[in-house]
Amino acid sequence: MEGSVKDKAQDAVRDLGMPDETKTWPDDIYRSFKKNNVRQVCYVPDGGHARLISQCIADHELITTSLTTEEEGIGVIAGAWLGGQRSALLMQSSGVGNCVNLFSLLAACTFPAVIVVTMRGQWGEYVPWQIPMGQATRGCFELMGFPIIEMDDAKAAEETMQAAFQMAYGGGKSVGVLISQRMIGAKTFSK
Amino acid sequence: MENNTHPLLDRREVVAALLHERKDLLVVTGLGSTVWDCAAVGDHPLTFPVWGAMGAASTTGLGLALAQPDRPVLVVTGDGELLMQLGALATIGIQRPRNLTICVLDNEIYLETGGQPTHTGSGVSLAAVAAACGIESAFIARTMADVHVLQGRLHTKQETIFAQIKIAATRAPLVMPPRDGSHLKDRFRAELLGELAYQ
Repeated sequence: MEGSVKDKAQDAVRDLGMPDETKTWPDDIYRSFKKNNVRQVCYVPDGGHARLISQCIADHELITTSLTTEEEGIGVIAGAWLGGQRSALLMQSSGVGNCVNLFSLLAACTFPAVIVVTMRGQWGEYVPWQIPMGQATRGCFELMGFPIIEMDDAKAAEETMQAAFQMAYGGGKSVGVLISQRMIGAKTFSK
Repeated sequence: MENNTHPLLDRREVVAALLHERKDLLVVTGLGSTVWDCAAVGDHPLTFPVWGAMGAASTTGLGLALAQPDRPVLVVTGDGELLMQLGALATIGIQRPRNLTICVLDNEIYLETGGQPTHTGSGVSLAAVAAACGIESAFIARTMADVHVLQGRLHTKQETIFAQIKIAATRAPLVMPPRDGSHLKDRFRAELLGELAYQ
């Protein structure tokens, strides 16, 4: 019973938008960045990516860029590659819609890129306003011709990221990695 | 503040001065007229024209400047292009790479789409926005003397510079660089990185 009390406490913390420290799959994503020689990481604030963002900021070998909107990240990762550095762009599914026209930059120049997206509006979403964009996220990538790799199993996080990096920097594509809301948890505002 | 008594500058003269003896300069241009302006000086593998993705020139320059801290990076773009992603100045303002210079050729109109007025003609000061975002060396340039001083400074790599250069709203002859984005990207990387570009 103590476990479920603990789980409920964790749910409450997550509902307040605090990073969920009990989930360790972000560590696997961070390890994949190091293994694949990522040098720049751009992000917008995001609860699902909070643990990963903290790890990246603490790593002084990584140049982290805090963005005011996701579109800015497309320019930054394109510039990083022009300058010879690999990068990763972190965002929530809502930001993918913001980026559609900017994806032209990556597509027209065949820039390799790994865009790591935490999903909302998907698994157990409680807020109606999140659902339209969450359901359209995959389509936005597909519209612009980007391959998608789904991550819905925390145990497979590292190998999923490895697949994405291989397709990006081996296959020469911009790749979207969609992290299922099932892995993150849906806010219910304690309702 | 600045006065308006100077005749407005010629865009081609400004860009020719900025790119004069460019040495190890890396250049990113915003879409439209500034692409033609840089091409008119001479096509160069280390000039990357952002032909589309309006608003992405300044952030592309940021990513490049962070990746290549020992090389001066110059973004040449227009007022309309910069306004499309004004928030990028906040992002650049907290990073402030010492080797990044952003030059906005400000003609106060969208020249490529029929001359509709941009916000800068109605009192929006991009230099003031840049300064408020933490870019200390942000100013409006109105004379060729200002431009020549700026050209020297961008090679010193001492601080992020933001220059809003007031230019005449005239159309210059169309000079196109290559359009194939993959070619532009690959030749830039090959020139900058040599063999490492293909690893």
